[in-house]
Amino acid sequence: MEVETRPTFFRRVMAATPGGEVLLTCLQCGTCGGSCPSGQDMDATPRKLFAMARANMEDDVLNSSAPWYCVSCYYCAVRCPQDIPITDFMYTFKRMAIDEGRYHKESHADFSESFIGYVEQYGRSFEFGLATRYHLTHHPLNMVRKSGLGFQMIQKGRLSTTPHKIHDMPQLTAILTEARRIAAEEEAL
Amino acid sequence: MSQENGRYLYYPGCSLKATAHAYGQSAVRVVEMLGLTFEEVKDWNCCGATEYMSISSIPAYSLIARNLALAAQQGQADLVSPCSACYLNLRKTNDNMSKHAGLNDRVNRALAAGGLSYEPDSLRIRHLLDMIVEDVGYEAIAAQVRQPLKGLRVAPYYGCLLVRPARNGYNPEYPTHLDRLMQTLGATVVDFPLKTHCCGGHMTQISEETAFELIRRLLDNALDYQADAIVTICPMCQLNLDAYQPQVNAMFGTDFHIPILFFTQVMGLAFGLLPAEVEIEAGITPAVAALARIGTEEPEKAAPRRRDKQALPMPQPRSD
Repeated sequence: MEVETRPTFFRRVMAATPGGEVLLTCLQCGTCGGSCPSGQDMDATPRKLFAMARANMEDDVLNSSAPWYCVSCYYCAVRCPQDIPITDFMYTFKRMAIDEGRYHKESHADFSESFIGYVEQYGRSFEFGLATRYHLTHHPLNMVRKSGLGFQMIQKGRLSTTPHKIHDMPQLTAILTEARRIAAEEEAL
Repeated sequence: MSQENGRYLYYPGCSLKATAHAYGQSAVRVVEMLGLTFEEVKDWNCCGATEYMSISSIPAYSLIARNLALAAQQGQADLVSPCSACYLNLRKTNDNMSKHAGLNDRVNRALAAGGLSYEPDSLRIRHLLDMIVEDVGYEAIAAQVRQPLKGLRVAPYYGCLLVRPARNGYNPEYPTHLDRLMQTLGATVVDFPLKTHCCGGHMTQISEETAFELIRRLLDNALDYQADAIVTICPMCQLNLDAYQPQVNAMFGTDFHIPILFFTQVMGLAFGLLPAEVEIEAGITPAVAALARIGTEEPEKAAPRRRDKQALPMPQPRSD
């Protein structure tokens, strides 16, 4: 009897990353973790995450803090002897964790979501709105210290207190709506 | 010059309109002086920085691809970005659409909802630094120098996203074209070991402990080499190293006050522009003292260390 099953976690991780099949060739050499500038703050190195992913340890991988400490410096990716796009896999793990609601309330994920919220609204990033909203929510006690820098930035003309909206916002909205529809359609497969 | 008639499509990115206004201003002035024409991509949008990919992949690629589609509509020319993150995102989207037919199809379906389309590889995407050194060349740049930066010691800082992961022809860990450009302007260039290490990126907002340690290492290393200033090619690197110096000092009990300048500001000064014309005063860490060194003699370097004659010899195996 044929049983219809969802692809394994490992398969889904590879499918969600362009050129992701190359993860099959990971040698477990550890060059990635050794090259990582924020590796000391992570609870697992990228190497370990890949071993766990291969063993379909979905909970351990998606609950790991490692992807959230990734600074996107791509040292791991250019040093990987197998040319695995390691940084892209960190983005994939973050997306999967957010999709499953595992990190939604965490400040790391919320920073990305606040940033993108403004981009989806105006078409441009809006640092002032982002900084005030994000820090008031997550680090209210730091606001006093942060606001000193913010004030200096405004004085020096480096921070605008009003967002800039692009001209053809309806066009961008239509593109992003369709893109989200395509992404949702694929997740359902 | 590889680009016919010196016309380029220009994607400034959000930072150059705000936190890195000085970069935008100085880039436009310098490019003009070099006889090139920048045509801004009409109605461009944010590239999503390092945030959108964490949330949703197809929308993230589509957001970036709208810029590529709009740029391609403005005619055949190289697309130039002064921001390393924008450069990476534009280039990565083009390259991944070119390599992966499935992604190309999905992104183009999304673009079609806005009446747009993009044919991968129809644009060549370049960083402003690469474009200037490759297309103008060091000789033509040297010919524009009116005020050689003699006496100024600079640490050339490339950061991550210019040289990684895109293989743009430079060593991903030890590029030298910014070094050579600074030498061309007459500055003394220090061989900066951490030149491609990370500035912390968005971690200044999310995890100060992580980011400030990375910033501390960079500043400390530049000072080890007695640099008067660090020269950057990226708005994020400039912001992190410049604006957070006081907070880094507070966290580690250090006393850093090293100015962080955009390479186009430094080029402008060498080309004879006034500090105000390249918005030098926009730095949170003042650059006045460093710039006062221009035109002075460099202090004599300490003599190289000789082996101490009193020192013990290397361990030798016993002869008895």
